[in-house]
Amino acid sequence: MNGDQAMRAHSATLPAPVFEHMAWVTPRPLAESTIAIVTSAALYAHDDEAFGAADTGYRLIDRTRRDLVLGHWSPNFDRAAVAIDLNVVYPIDRLEELADQGVIGAVAPRHVSFAGNQPDDVSTIRLDTGPSAAAALRADGVDVVILTPV
Amino acid sequence: MSVLAHVFEAAGIATVVLSSVREMAEKTAPPRALHCEFPLGRPLGIPGDAAFQLDVLLRALALLGEPSGPVLADHPTVIEADGAPLACTLPPRFDPSLPPAVDEARGLRKAYDRALARRGVTSVGRVIDADGVPGALGVLHAIAEGADWKQADIPGGNTTALCHDIRTYYEEAALELADGPVPGGRAVEDWFFERTEAGATVLRARAAIRDAGAKFPVWFYMTPGHR
Repeated sequence: MNGDQAMRAHSATLPAPVFEHMAWVTPRPLAESTIAIVTSAALYAHDDEAFGAADTGYRLIDRTRRDLVLGHWSPNFDRAAVAIDLNVVYPIDRLEELADQGVIGAVAPRHVSFAGNQPDDVSTIRLDTGPSAAAALRADGVDVVILTPV
Repeated sequence: MSVLAHVFEAAGIATVVLSSVREMAEKTAPPRALHCEFPLGRPLGIPGDAAFQLDVLLRALALLGEPSGPVLADHPTVIEADGAPLACTLPPRFDPSLPPAVDEARGLRKAYDRALARRGVTSVGRVIDADGVPGALGVLHAIAEGADWKQADIPGGNTTALCHDIRTYYEEAALELADGPVPGGRAVEDWFFERTEAGATVLRARAAIRDAGAKFPVWFYMTPGHR
């Protein structure tokens, strides 16, 4: 079993929170939508606050920043990929291209980064920091987020 | 990620998740998810392949047209970690009076500096910077050779963070040195742990700390779990 297979097998056994009522937003047409990235790679601008080992907070990333540090504490994934090409985790340049082509309406001015290694009950991101980050994106006029996991 | 999708959707923002663990996406059932069976740490699939990344994005965004959910679709391409270590030349032995890993780390410094100059950013720096890598490897070497880890002056006092910085220093330098195609998933990790003196030193120090009865978090997260 290689490292990815081991991690997927382990992750599949972790407790999964139940959402009894699934919210559902009918989005505007893509060509009119402002899109943001929400990643769990714990990326942050190098002059921002680093992520701690059990960090339940988030960092906002300005649309223009590419000088991002990989702050995720887990050793259990391919950490080199981000150093090769940021877009493999944080597809900001792809979004800019889609906006230039008119496929999407706009790229959001700010994007969001959490750390993927959260406490099992995920209560803080569910009740506190998650809604806070969503409110920040709503204030920026974001219609759609694409979530990229690490 | 699937939890955050529920949270953001409840706040009035439509969401699409790129799933990396299908069972978790099935259980958490976010409104829209595209499962991508790619190496972990590569949710868009392939570094440096804009066309492939765009394909992933467009397939994900297409799920926004579904009339109801939860929707869980699969990207048709499966990419496995390739299991072959990166081909990367290591510096020759320079100072035989030093532990091999310390000598090796010193020899990689110019490559690391070039990588930093090119990228403008480094992920080394959780508890040590590049200057601290050879000395940190000296501490781990001593532990591997039998020194009491509790008495060792482990930089930053955190083995997980220390090993992160050492591994990241090596990986960023290796990407500067290696020629050829973009490495496959975990190929750089495989190179570090299977080809370098530093990787071998980390593994030996980890085993020594474990065998000395240290608590699980002190030693386990020094390397990926399967090692």
